[in-house]
Amino acid sequence: MIAEALTGLVFIPLGVTLVVLLLPDRARGPLCLAAVLALPLCLLPLTEAVWTNGDITLVLAEFAPPLGIVWRLDGLALIMLWLTAIVAVPVSIHALTSFPPGQASGREFWPLWMMLLAGINALFLSADLFNLYVTLEMITLAGVAMIGIGGKALALKAAMRYLLLGLLASLLYLLAVGLIYGQTGALDIDLVGERLQPGRMAATALVLMTTGLLVKSAIFPMHVWLPAAHGNAPGPVSAILSGLVVKVSLYMLIRIWLWMAGDWELPAAATALGLLGAGAILYGSIAALIQPRLKMVIAYSTVAQLGYVMLLFPLASIEAYRAASYQLLAHGLAKAAMFLAAANILKSLGTDRLIALTDLDRKLPVDLFAFTLAAVSIMGLPPSGGFLAKWMLLEAAWRQEAWGWLVLVSVGSLLSAAYLFRVIALTCFHPGRRHASTRWQTPPRSATNAALILALLAIAAGFTSAPLLSLIDGSLPPGGIWP
Amino acid sequence: MTEVMFVLAASLVFGIGVWGLLIAEHLLRKLLALNVMSSSVFIIMLVVSGDGGTSPDPVAQALILTGIVIAVAATAFALALMISIYRATGRPSISESDDDDR
Repeated sequence: MIAEALTGLVFIPLGVTLVVLLLPDRARGPLCLAAVLALPLCLLPLTEAVWTNGDITLVLAEFAPPLGIVWRLDGLALIMLWLTAIVAVPVSIHALTSFPPGQASGREFWPLWMMLLAGINALFLSADLFNLYVTLEMITLAGVAMIGIGGKALALKAAMRYLLLGLLASLLYLLAVGLIYGQTGALDIDLVGERLQPGRMAATALVLMTTGLLVKSAIFPMHVWLPAAHGNAPGPVSAILSGLVVKVSLYMLIRIWLWMAGDWELPAAATALGLLGAGAILYGSIAALIQPRLKMVIAYSTVAQLGYVMLLFPLASIEAYRAASYQLLAHGLAKAAMFLAAANILKSLGTDRLIALTDLDRKLPVDLFAFTLAAVSIMGLPPSGGFLAKWMLLEAAWRQEAWGWLVLVSVGSLLSAAYLFRVIALTCFHPGRRHASTRWQTPPRSATNAALILALLAIAAGFTSAPLLSLIDGSLPPGGIWP
Repeated sequence: MTEVMFVLAASLVFGIGVWGLLIAEHLLRKLLALNVMSSSVFIIMLVVSGDGGTSPDPVAQALILTGIVIAVAATAFALALMISIYRATGRPSISESDDDDR
Protein backbone atom coordinates (compact mmCIF):
# COMPACT_ATOMS: atom_id res chain seq x y z
CA MET A 1 0.00 0.00 0.00
CA ILE A 2 2.75 2.44 0.99
CA ALA A 3 4.95 1.47 -1.96
CA GLU A 4 1.98 1.82 -4.34
CA ALA A 5 1.14 5.26 -2.97
CA LEU A 6 4.77 6.39 -3.31
CA THR A 7 5.08 5.18 -6.89
CA GLY A 8 1.64 6.61 -7.68
CA LEU A 9 2.87 10.09 -6.82
CA VAL A 10 5.38 9.90 -9.66
CA PHE A 11 3.93 7.39 -12.09
CA ILE A 12 0.35 8.69 -12.22
CA PRO A 13 1.43 12.07 -13.65
CA LEU A 14 4.16 10.43 -15.74
CA GLY A 15 1.72 7.92 -17.26
CA VAL A 16 -0.84 10.64 -17.89
CA THR A 17 1.87 12.68 -19.68
CA LEU A 18 2.15 9.92 -22.24
CA VAL A 19 -1.56 9.08 -22.47
CA VAL A 20 -2.66 12.69 -22.80
CA LEU A 21 -0.51 13.17 -25.89
CA LEU A 22 -2.71 10.64 -27.68
CA LEU A 23 -5.99 12.24 -26.64
CA PRO A 24 -8.00 14.88 -28.47
CA ASP A 25 -7.83 18.42 -27.01
CA ARG A 26 -11.19 18.26 -25.31
CA ALA A 27 -10.29 15.27 -23.15
CA ARG A 28 -6.86 16.52 -22.06
CA GLY A 29 -7.86 18.96 -19.32
CA PRO A 30 -10.37 16.72 -17.51
CA LEU A 31 -8.02 13.70 -17.50
CA CYS A 32 -5.18 15.79 -16.10
CA LEU A 33 -7.45 17.27 -13.45
CA ALA A 34 -8.40 13.73 -12.40
CA ALA A 35 -4.71 12.82 -12.16
CA VAL A 36 -4.05 15.88 -10.01
CA LEU A 37 -6.95 14.97 -7.71
CA ALA A 38 -5.39 11.52 -7.25
CA LEU A 39 -2.23 13.03 -5.70
CA PRO A 40 -3.82 13.94 -2.32
CA LEU A 41 -5.33 10.44 -2.22
CA CYS A 42 -1.81 8.99 -2.56
CA LEU A 43 -0.53 11.35 0.12
CA LEU A 44 -3.13 10.44 2.78
CA PRO A 45 -1.85 6.91 3.59
CA LEU A 46 1.74 8.18 3.38
CA THR A 47 1.00 10.96 5.84
CA GLU A 48 -0.49 8.49 8.28
CA ALA A 49 2.51 6.18 7.91
CA VAL A 50 5.06 8.97 8.44
CA TRP A 51 3.01 10.29 11.36
CA THR A 52 2.97 6.97 13.21
CA ASN A 53 6.19 5.23 12.12
CA GLY A 54 8.55 8.00 10.96
CA ASP A 55 10.51 8.05 7.72
CA ILE A 56 9.64 5.75 4.83
CA THR A 57 12.38 4.30 2.64
CA LEU A 58 11.68 2.62 -0.68
CA VAL A 59 14.50 0.72 -2.35
CA LEU A 60 13.65 0.82 -6.06
CA ALA A 61 13.73 -2.58 -7.78
CA GLU A 62 15.30 -3.95 -4.57
CA PHE A 63 18.83 -2.88 -5.48
CA ALA A 64 20.32 -1.48 -2.29
CA PRO A 65 22.69 1.50 -2.44
CA PRO A 66 25.46 2.22 -3.33
CA LEU A 67 24.42 0.58 -6.64
CA GLY A 68 20.65 1.01 -6.37
CA ILE A 69 18.44 4.06 -6.03
CA VAL A 70 16.49 4.91 -2.90
CA TRP A 71 13.42 7.07 -2.34
CA ARG A 72 13.09 8.51 1.14
CA LEU A 73 10.04 10.24 2.56
CA ASP A 74 10.42 12.27 5.76
CA GLY A 75 8.45 15.12 7.27
CA LEU A 76 10.06 17.85 5.17
CA ALA A 77 9.55 15.91 1.92
CA LEU A 78 5.97 15.18 2.93
CA ILE A 79 5.22 18.87 3.51
CA MET A 80 6.68 19.77 0.12
CA LEU A 81 4.64 17.01 -1.57
CA TRP A 82 1.48 18.33 0.10
CA LEU A 83 2.33 21.86 -1.05
CA THR A 84 2.66 20.54 -4.61
CA ALA A 85 -0.63 18.62 -4.48
CA ILE A 86 -2.52 21.51 -2.85
CA VAL A 87 -1.24 24.11 -5.31
CA ALA A 88 -1.77 21.77 -8.27
CA VAL A 89 -5.55 21.42 -7.81
CA PRO A 90 -6.60 25.11 -8.00
CA VAL A 91 -3.95 25.80 -10.66
CA SER A 92 -5.39 23.01 -12.83
CA ILE A 93 -8.93 24.33 -12.34
CA HIS A 94 -7.69 27.78 -13.32
CA ALA A 95 -5.89 26.34 -16.36
CA LEU A 96 -9.11 24.71 -17.59
CA THR A 97 -10.46 28.22 -18.20
CA SER A 98 -7.25 29.96 -19.24
CA PHE A 99 -6.17 27.21 -21.68
CA PRO A 100 -9.57 26.28 -23.08
CA PRO A 101 -9.79 23.14 -25.23
CA GLY A 102 -9.56 23.75 -28.95
CA GLN A 103 -6.70 26.25 -28.70
CA ALA A 104 -3.08 25.39 -29.39
CA SER A 105 -2.05 26.66 -25.96
CA GLY A 106 -4.28 24.10 -24.25
CA ARG A 107 -2.82 21.27 -26.30
CA GLU A 108 0.67 22.13 -25.09
CA PHE A 109 -0.03 22.97 -21.47
CA TRP A 110 -1.45 19.71 -20.13
CA PRO A 111 1.30 17.22 -21.08
CA LEU A 112 3.99 19.67 -19.90
CA TRP A 113 2.19 20.26 -16.62
CA MET A 114 1.93 16.51 -15.96
CA MET A 115 5.61 16.01 -16.80
CA LEU A 116 6.52 18.84 -14.45
CA LEU A 117 4.42 17.33 -11.63
CA ALA A 118 6.05 13.92 -12.09
CA GLY A 119 9.47 15.59 -11.92
CA ILE A 120 8.64 17.62 -8.82
CA ASN A 121 7.22 14.65 -6.91
CA ALA A 122 10.16 12.45 -7.90
CA LEU A 123 12.62 15.11 -6.79
CA PHE A 124 11.09 15.47 -3.33
CA LEU A 125 11.30 11.70 -2.88
CA SER A 126 14.82 11.20 -4.23
CA ALA A 127 17.67 10.58 -1.83
CA ASP A 128 20.20 10.06 -4.60
CA LEU A 129 22.36 12.86 -5.99
CA PHE A 130 22.16 11.72 -9.61
CA ASN A 131 18.44 11.04 -9.41
CA LEU A 132 18.05 14.59 -8.15
CA TYR A 133 19.94 15.81 -11.23
CA VAL A 134 17.66 13.91 -13.61
CA THR A 135 14.46 15.12 -11.94
CA LEU A 136 15.76 18.69 -11.74
CA GLU A 137 16.49 18.62 -15.47
CA MET A 138 13.00 17.27 -16.17
CA ILE A 139 11.52 20.13 -14.15
CA THR A 140 13.62 22.77 -15.89
CA LEU A 141 12.80 21.56 -19.40
CA ALA A 142 9.07 21.30 -18.69
CA GLY A 143 9.06 24.66 -16.90
CA VAL A 144 10.88 26.45 -19.71
CA ALA A 145 8.56 24.98 -22.32
CA MET A 146 5.53 26.16 -20.34
CA ILE A 147 6.77 29.77 -20.29
CA GLY A 148 6.77 29.85 -24.09
CA ILE A 149 3.25 28.43 -24.49
CA GLY A 150 1.62 31.70 -25.55
CA GLY A 151 4.26 32.28 -28.24
CA LYS A 152 4.83 35.91 -27.17
CA ALA A 153 8.29 37.13 -28.19
CA LEU A 154 9.01 38.48 -24.70
CA ALA A 155 8.06 35.19 -23.07
CA LEU A 156 10.07 33.14 -25.57
CA LYS A 157 13.19 35.20 -24.94
CA ALA A 158 12.72 34.96 -21.18
CA ALA A 159 12.31 31.20 -21.57
CA MET A 160 15.55 30.97 -23.56
CA ARG A 161 17.47 32.98 -20.99
CA TYR A 162 16.12 30.71 -18.25
CA LEU A 163 17.01 27.61 -20.28
CA LEU A 164 20.61 28.70 -20.97
CA LEU A 165 21.27 29.60 -17.34
CA GLY A 166 19.41 26.50 -16.18
CA LEU A 167 21.51 24.20 -18.37
CA LEU A 168 24.72 25.90 -17.19
CA ALA A 169 23.58 25.38 -13.60
CA SER A 170 22.76 21.72 -14.25
CA LEU A 171 26.24 21.17 -15.67
CA LEU A 172 27.87 22.67 -12.58
CA TYR A 173 25.74 20.37 -10.43
CA LEU A 174 26.52 17.33 -12.59
CA LEU A 175 30.24 18.07 -12.43
CA ALA A 176 29.98 18.14 -8.63
CA VAL A 177 28.10 14.83 -8.64
CA GLY A 178 30.89 13.35 -10.76
CA LEU A 179 33.57 14.58 -8.35
CA ILE A 180 31.66 13.24 -5.35
CA TYR A 181 31.09 9.88 -6.99
CA GLY A 182 34.78 9.66 -7.87
CA GLN A 183 35.69 10.37 -4.25
CA THR A 184 33.13 8.20 -2.43
CA GLY A 185 31.79 5.66 -4.92
CA ALA A 186 28.30 6.54 -3.63
CA LEU A 187 25.41 8.72 -4.73
CA ASP A 188 22.95 8.22 -1.85
CA ILE A 189 22.93 11.46 0.16
CA ASP A 190 23.30 9.76 3.55
CA LEU A 191 26.06 7.44 2.34
CA VAL A 192 27.92 10.35 0.74
CA GLY A 193 27.55 12.30 3.98
CA GLU A 194 29.24 9.45 5.85
CA ARG A 195 32.01 8.79 3.35
CA LEU A 196 32.89 12.24 2.03
CA GLN A 197 35.77 13.75 4.02
CA PRO A 198 36.02 17.53 4.08
CA GLY A 199 38.91 18.53 1.85
CA ARG A 200 39.77 20.32 -1.37
CA MET A 201 37.76 17.97 -3.62
CA ALA A 202 34.73 18.01 -1.34
CA ALA A 203 34.86 21.80 -1.05
CA THR A 204 35.05 22.18 -4.85
CA ALA A 205 32.06 19.88 -5.25
CA LEU A 206 30.05 21.75 -2.63
CA VAL A 207 30.82 25.13 -4.23
CA LEU A 208 29.86 23.86 -7.71
CA MET A 209 26.61 22.33 -6.44
CA THR A 210 25.68 25.38 -4.42
CA THR A 211 26.35 27.74 -7.33
CA GLY A 212 24.26 25.62 -9.69
CA LEU A 213 21.37 25.42 -7.25
CA LEU A 214 21.53 29.14 -6.44
CA VAL A 215 21.16 29.89 -10.17
CA LYS A 216 18.18 27.53 -10.40
CA SER A 217 16.56 29.06 -7.30
CA ALA A 218 17.22 32.60 -8.58
CA ILE A 219 18.97 33.69 -5.39
CA PHE A 220 20.49 37.18 -5.68
CA PRO A 221 22.70 37.94 -7.65
CA MET A 222 21.83 34.92 -9.85
CA HIS A 223 18.18 36.02 -10.07
CA VAL A 224 18.50 37.82 -13.43
CA TRP A 225 16.42 35.29 -15.36
CA LEU A 226 13.50 35.07 -12.95
CA PRO A 227 11.52 38.33 -13.19
CA ALA A 228 11.16 38.26 -16.99
CA ALA A 229 10.40 34.52 -17.02
CA HIS A 230 7.80 34.59 -14.23
CA GLY A 231 6.42 37.98 -15.21
CA ASN A 232 5.77 37.12 -18.87
CA ALA A 233 4.63 33.50 -18.61
CA PRO A 234 0.91 32.67 -19.07
CA GLY A 235 -1.13 33.09 -15.85
CA PRO A 236 -1.25 29.58 -14.33
CA VAL A 237 2.33 28.94 -15.47
CA SER A 238 3.57 31.93 -13.45
CA ALA A 239 1.78 30.49 -10.42
CA ILE A 240 3.39 27.09 -10.95
CA LEU A 241 6.88 28.51 -11.48
CA SER A 242 6.84 30.91 -8.55
CA GLY A 243 4.83 28.67 -6.24
CA LEU A 244 6.56 25.34 -6.85
CA VAL A 245 9.47 25.26 -9.28
CA VAL A 246 11.85 27.65 -7.50
CA LYS A 247 11.18 25.82 -4.20
CA VAL A 248 12.49 22.60 -5.67
CA SER A 249 16.10 23.70 -6.02
CA LEU A 250 16.03 25.45 -2.63
CA TYR A 251 14.83 22.18 -1.12
CA MET A 252 17.81 20.44 -2.75
CA LEU A 253 20.14 23.09 -1.36
CA ILE A 254 18.81 22.48 2.15
CA ARG A 255 19.15 18.70 1.72
CA ILE A 256 22.73 18.97 0.49
CA TRP A 257 23.91 21.49 3.05
CA LEU A 258 22.22 19.97 6.10
CA TRP A 259 22.20 16.26 5.23
CA MET A 260 25.30 15.76 3.10
CA ALA A 261 27.56 18.46 4.55
CA GLY A 262 25.72 18.80 7.87
CA ASP A 263 28.68 18.08 10.13
CA TRP A 264 31.26 20.15 8.29
CA GLU A 265 32.30 23.33 10.04
CA LEU A 266 31.52 25.99 7.46
CA PRO A 267 30.56 29.17 9.33
CA ALA A 268 32.07 31.54 6.74
CA ALA A 269 30.31 29.86 3.82
CA ALA A 270 27.03 29.81 5.78
CA THR A 271 27.36 33.52 6.48
CA ALA A 272 28.04 34.13 2.78
CA LEU A 273 24.82 32.29 1.88
CA GLY A 274 22.99 34.39 4.45
CA LEU A 275 24.40 37.57 2.92
CA LEU A 276 23.17 36.47 -0.51
CA GLY A 277 19.76 36.05 1.13
CA ALA A 278 20.05 39.55 2.56
CA GLY A 279 20.92 40.88 -0.89
CA ALA A 280 17.90 39.08 -2.32
CA ILE A 281 15.54 40.50 0.30
CA LEU A 282 16.75 44.10 -0.09
CA TYR A 283 17.28 44.12 -3.86
CA GLY A 284 14.10 42.16 -4.70
CA SER A 285 11.93 44.35 -2.48
CA ILE A 286 13.31 47.62 -3.80
CA ALA A 287 13.03 46.42 -7.42
CA ALA A 288 9.43 45.35 -6.72
CA LEU A 289 8.74 48.83 -5.43
CA ILE A 290 9.55 50.48 -8.77
CA GLN A 291 8.01 48.00 -11.25
CA PRO A 292 5.31 49.43 -13.50
CA ARG A 293 3.52 46.08 -14.10
CA LEU A 294 1.67 43.96 -11.55
CA LYS A 295 3.15 40.62 -12.60
CA MET A 296 6.66 42.08 -12.48
CA VAL A 297 6.01 43.32 -8.92
CA ILE A 298 4.99 39.79 -7.94
CA ALA A 299 7.99 38.26 -9.72
CA TYR A 300 10.47 40.54 -7.91
CA SER A 301 8.64 39.77 -4.69
CA THR A 302 9.54 36.11 -5.29
CA VAL A 303 13.21 37.09 -5.56
CA ALA A 304 12.91 38.82 -2.18
CA GLN A 305 10.89 36.12 -0.40
CA LEU A 306 13.27 33.32 -1.40
CA GLY A 307 16.01 35.27 0.39
CA TYR A 308 14.41 34.48 3.77
CA VAL A 309 15.00 30.76 3.24
CA MET A 310 18.72 31.42 2.86
CA LEU A 311 18.87 32.81 6.41
CA LEU A 312 18.58 29.19 7.57
CA PHE A 313 22.28 28.67 6.85
CA PRO A 314 23.84 31.35 9.09
CA LEU A 315 21.22 30.91 11.85
CA ALA A 316 21.49 27.06 11.78
CA SER A 317 19.12 26.13 14.60
CA ILE A 318 15.86 24.26 15.06
CA GLU A 319 13.90 27.53 14.98
CA ALA A 320 15.59 28.58 11.73
CA TYR A 321 14.95 25.15 10.21
CA ARG A 322 11.28 25.38 11.15
CA ALA A 323 11.11 28.92 9.78
CA ALA A 324 12.71 28.00 6.45
CA SER A 325 10.44 24.98 5.96
CA TYR A 326 7.41 27.08 6.85
CA GLN A 327 8.51 29.86 4.52
CA LEU A 328 8.76 27.39 1.61
CA LEU A 329 5.20 26.25 2.31
CA ALA A 330 3.60 29.61 3.06
CA HIS A 331 5.27 31.41 0.17
CA GLY A 332 4.29 28.63 -2.23
CA LEU A 333 0.61 28.98 -1.33
CA ALA A 334 0.52 32.78 -1.19
CA LYS A 335 2.55 33.36 -4.36
CA ALA A 336 0.50 30.89 -6.40
CA ALA A 337 -2.67 32.65 -5.19
CA MET A 338 -1.21 36.04 -6.07
CA PHE A 339 -0.22 35.03 -9.61
CA LEU A 340 -3.64 33.45 -10.25
CA ALA A 341 -5.37 36.63 -9.07
CA ALA A 342 -3.01 38.69 -11.23
CA ALA A 343 -3.80 36.43 -14.19
CA ASN A 344 -7.51 37.12 -13.72
CA ILE A 345 -6.90 40.86 -13.46
CA LEU A 346 -4.65 40.84 -16.55
CA LYS A 347 -7.17 38.89 -18.59
CA SER A 348 -10.07 41.01 -17.43
CA LEU A 349 -8.48 44.41 -18.11
CA GLY A 350 -6.23 43.37 -21.01
CA THR A 351 -3.23 44.89 -19.19
CA ASP A 352 -1.51 44.61 -15.84
CA ARG A 353 0.07 48.07 -15.80
CA LEU A 354 -0.41 49.39 -12.29
CA ILE A 355 -1.79 52.66 -13.66
CA ALA A 356 -4.67 50.76 -15.26
CA LEU A 357 -5.63 49.02 -12.01
CA THR A 358 -7.64 51.89 -10.58
CA ASP A 359 -11.24 51.18 -9.65
CA LEU A 360 -10.46 47.49 -9.28
CA ASP A 361 -12.34 47.19 -5.98
CA ARG A 362 -15.56 47.82 -7.89
CA LYS A 363 -14.71 45.86 -11.02
CA LEU A 364 -13.17 42.67 -9.61
CA PRO A 365 -13.79 42.67 -5.85
CA VAL A 366 -13.24 38.94 -5.26
CA ASP A 367 -10.00 38.74 -7.26
CA LEU A 368 -8.72 41.80 -5.42
CA PHE A 369 -9.73 40.20 -2.12
CA ALA A 370 -7.75 37.06 -3.01
CA PHE A 371 -4.75 39.18 -3.95
CA THR A 372 -4.96 41.09 -0.67
CA LEU A 373 -5.23 37.94 1.44
CA ALA A 374 -2.15 36.54 -0.28
CA ALA A 375 -0.42 39.87 0.29
CA VAL A 376 -1.16 39.60 4.03
CA SER A 377 0.79 36.34 4.10
CA ILE A 378 3.67 37.68 2.00
CA MET A 379 4.00 40.76 4.21
CA GLY A 380 4.01 38.50 7.25
CA LEU A 381 0.98 40.00 8.97
CA PRO A 382 -0.80 37.78 11.51
CA PRO A 383 -2.64 35.46 11.25
CA SER A 384 -1.07 33.82 8.21
CA GLY A 385 1.52 31.25 7.20
CA GLY A 386 3.95 33.99 6.21
CA PHE A 387 3.62 35.58 9.65
CA LEU A 388 4.57 32.32 11.40
CA ALA A 389 7.57 31.79 9.14
CA LYS A 390 8.92 35.27 9.78
CA TRP A 391 8.10 35.13 13.47
CA MET A 392 10.10 31.91 13.87
CA LEU A 393 12.96 33.48 11.91
CA LEU A 394 12.94 36.48 14.28
CA GLU A 395 12.86 34.06 17.22
CA ALA A 396 15.88 32.20 15.83
CA ALA A 397 17.82 35.45 15.38
CA TRP A 398 16.75 36.67 18.85
CA ARG A 399 17.91 33.49 20.61
CA GLN A 400 21.34 33.72 19.02
CA GLU A 401 21.53 37.47 19.59
CA ALA A 402 22.13 37.85 15.85
CA TRP A 403 20.89 41.42 15.70
CA GLY A 404 21.93 42.00 12.09
CA TRP A 405 19.66 39.22 10.80
CA LEU A 406 16.90 40.40 13.14
CA VAL A 407 16.99 43.88 11.66
CA LEU A 408 17.13 42.43 8.15
CA VAL A 409 13.97 40.33 8.61
CA SER A 410 12.11 43.34 10.03
CA VAL A 411 13.24 45.70 7.28
CA GLY A 412 12.37 43.06 4.66
CA SER A 413 8.83 42.81 6.03
CA LEU A 414 8.44 46.58 5.99
CA LEU A 415 9.65 46.74 2.39
CA SER A 416 7.25 43.98 1.31
CA ALA A 417 4.42 45.89 2.97
CA ALA A 418 5.52 48.96 1.02
CA TYR A 419 5.51 47.36 -2.42
CA LEU A 420 2.26 45.47 -1.83
CA PHE A 421 0.38 48.41 -0.30
CA ARG A 422 1.48 50.47 -3.30
CA VAL A 423 -0.48 48.04 -5.49
CA ILE A 424 -3.46 47.74 -3.15
CA ALA A 425 -3.73 51.52 -2.69
CA LEU A 426 -3.82 52.03 -6.46
CA THR A 427 -6.61 49.51 -6.92
CA CYS A 428 -8.84 51.41 -4.49
CA PHE A 429 -8.19 54.75 -6.16
CA HIS A 430 -11.18 56.10 -8.07
CA PRO A 431 -10.38 58.66 -10.71
CA GLY A 432 -13.14 60.89 -11.99
CA ARG A 433 -15.64 59.24 -14.30
CA ARG A 434 -14.08 60.91 -17.31
CA HIS A 435 -10.79 59.02 -16.91
CA ALA A 436 -12.14 55.73 -15.66
CA SER A 437 -11.92 53.02 -18.26
CA THR A 438 -15.19 51.18 -18.44
CA ARG A 439 -14.13 48.18 -20.46
CA TRP A 440 -13.52 45.02 -18.54
CA GLN A 441 -14.91 41.52 -18.54
CA THR A 442 -15.59 39.45 -15.44
CA PRO A 443 -13.27 36.45 -15.29
CA PRO A 444 -14.81 32.97 -15.09
CA ARG A 445 -16.15 32.13 -11.62
CA SER A 446 -13.93 29.05 -11.32
CA ALA A 447 -10.77 31.07 -12.09
CA THR A 448 -11.64 33.58 -9.36
CA ASN A 449 -12.44 30.81 -6.89
CA ALA A 450 -9.13 29.05 -7.62
CA ALA A 451 -7.21 32.17 -6.60
CA LEU A 452 -9.44 32.70 -3.57
CA ILE A 453 -9.04 29.12 -2.31
CA LEU A 454 -5.26 29.31 -2.50
CA ALA A 455 -5.25 32.69 -0.73
CA LEU A 456 -7.47 31.32 2.06
CA LEU A 457 -5.11 28.35 2.41
CA ALA A 458 -2.16 30.73 2.74
CA ILE A 459 -3.95 32.37 5.66
CA ALA A 460 -5.04 29.00 7.08
CA ALA A 461 -1.40 27.90 7.20
CA GLY A 462 -1.14 30.30 10.13
CA PHE A 463 -3.57 28.17 12.16
CA THR A 464 -2.26 24.68 11.39
CA SER A 465 1.21 25.09 12.82
CA ALA A 466 1.02 22.30 15.44
CA PRO A 467 0.84 19.24 13.13
CA LEU A 468 3.14 20.85 10.56
CA LEU A 469 5.79 21.73 13.13
CA SER A 470 5.76 18.25 14.61
CA LEU A 471 6.28 16.85 11.08
CA ILE A 472 9.16 19.30 10.57
CA ASP A 473 10.65 18.44 13.97
CA GLY A 474 10.42 14.77 13.06
CA SER A 475 12.71 15.34 10.07
CA LEU A 476 15.61 17.21 11.65
CA PRO A 477 18.82 16.83 9.70
CA PRO A 478 21.62 14.72 11.17
CA GLY A 479 24.77 16.43 12.42
CA GLY A 480 25.58 18.33 15.55
CA ILE A 481 24.64 21.92 14.72
CA TRP A 482 21.20 21.73 16.29
CA PRO A 483 21.19 23.31 19.74
CA MET B 1 49.93 11.51 -14.78
CA THR B 2 47.53 10.95 -17.69
CA GLU B 3 44.68 11.58 -15.23
CA VAL B 4 46.02 15.05 -14.47
CA MET B 5 46.40 15.70 -18.20
CA PHE B 6 42.80 14.71 -18.82
CA VAL B 7 41.48 16.85 -15.97
CA LEU B 8 43.52 19.86 -17.14
CA ALA B 9 42.37 19.43 -20.73
CA ALA B 10 38.75 19.01 -19.66
CA SER B 11 38.98 22.11 -17.47
CA LEU B 12 40.31 24.06 -20.44
CA VAL B 13 37.43 22.81 -22.60
CA PHE B 14 34.99 23.75 -19.84
CA GLY B 15 36.46 27.25 -19.74
CA ILE B 16 36.14 27.58 -23.52
CA GLY B 17 32.50 26.58 -23.20
CA VAL B 18 31.79 29.17 -20.49
CA TRP B 19 33.55 31.81 -22.59
CA GLY B 20 31.47 30.91 -25.65
CA LEU B 21 28.24 30.90 -23.66
CA LEU B 22 28.90 34.38 -22.30
CA ILE B 23 30.36 35.99 -25.42
CA ALA B 24 28.40 34.53 -28.33
CA GLU B 25 25.49 36.55 -29.67
CA HIS B 26 23.93 33.93 -31.93
CA LEU B 27 21.86 31.41 -29.95
CA LEU B 28 23.23 28.47 -31.95
CA ARG B 29 26.74 29.38 -30.79
CA LYS B 30 25.54 29.57 -27.20
CA LEU B 31 24.00 26.09 -27.48
CA LEU B 32 27.16 24.70 -29.04
CA ALA B 33 29.15 26.23 -26.18
CA LEU B 34 26.89 24.46 -23.69
CA ASN B 35 27.46 21.18 -25.52
CA VAL B 36 31.23 21.72 -25.40
CA MET B 37 30.91 22.27 -21.67
CA SER B 38 28.91 19.11 -21.15
CA SER B 39 31.53 17.08 -23.02
CA SER B 40 34.19 18.35 -20.64
CA VAL B 41 32.01 17.44 -17.65
CA PHE B 42 31.64 13.90 -19.00
CA ILE B 43 35.41 13.59 -19.46
CA ILE B 44 36.03 14.68 -15.88
CA MET B 45 33.38 12.27 -14.56
CA LEU B 46 35.00 9.42 -16.45
CA VAL B 47 38.52 10.27 -15.28
CA VAL B 48 37.83 10.75 -11.58
CA SER B 49 35.86 7.50 -11.26
CA GLY B 50 37.41 4.04 -11.45
CA ASP B 51 40.91 3.12 -10.38
CA GLY B 52 43.23 5.06 -12.61
CA GLY B 53 42.16 3.66 -15.96
CA THR B 54 42.95 -0.05 -15.59
CA SER B 55 39.30 -1.07 -15.18
CA PRO B 56 36.50 1.29 -16.12
CA ASP B 57 33.69 1.98 -13.63
CA PRO B 58 30.35 0.82 -15.11
CA VAL B 59 28.26 3.05 -12.82
CA ALA B 60 30.12 6.16 -13.98
CA GLN B 61 29.58 5.09 -17.58
CA ALA B 62 25.86 4.64 -16.94
CA LEU B 63 25.69 8.11 -15.36
CA ILE B 64 27.49 9.67 -18.31
CA LEU B 65 25.25 7.87 -20.78
CA THR B 66 22.21 9.24 -18.98
CA GLY B 67 23.85 12.65 -19.01
CA ILE B 68 24.41 12.44 -22.76
CA VAL B 69 20.78 11.48 -23.35
CA ILE B 70 19.62 14.45 -21.26
CA ALA B 71 22.04 16.77 -23.08
CA VAL B 72 20.70 15.63 -26.45
CA ALA B 73 17.10 16.15 -25.34
CA ALA B 74 17.87 19.56 -23.87
CA THR B 75 19.72 20.62 -27.04
CA ALA B 76 16.86 19.49 -29.27
CA PHE B 77 14.40 21.43 -27.15
CA ALA B 78 16.64 24.51 -27.09
CA LEU B 79 16.93 24.41 -30.89
CA ALA B 80 13.14 24.30 -31.21
CA LEU B 81 12.87 27.25 -28.83
CA MET B 82 15.52 29.10 -30.85
CA ILE B 83 13.47 28.63 -34.03
CA SER B 84 10.35 29.96 -32.28
CA ILE B 85 12.32 33.02 -31.18
CA TYR B 86 13.58 33.52 -34.71
CA ARG B 87 10.02 33.30 -36.07
CA ALA B 88 8.68 35.70 -33.45
CA THR B 89 11.42 38.34 -33.58
CA GLY B 90 13.24 37.76 -36.86
CA ARG B 91 16.55 37.41 -35.02
CA PRO B 92 18.29 34.36 -33.54
CA SER B 93 19.45 36.18 -30.40
CA ILE B 94 18.16 37.35 -27.03
CA SER B 95 20.10 40.59 -26.69
CA GLU B 96 18.82 42.99 -24.04
CA SER B 97 18.55 46.02 -26.30
CA ASP B 98 15.19 45.22 -27.88
CA ASP B 99 13.43 44.04 -24.72
CA ASP B 100 10.45 46.06 -23.64
CA ASP B 101 9.44 45.36 -20.07
CA ARG B 102 7.83 48.69 -19.45
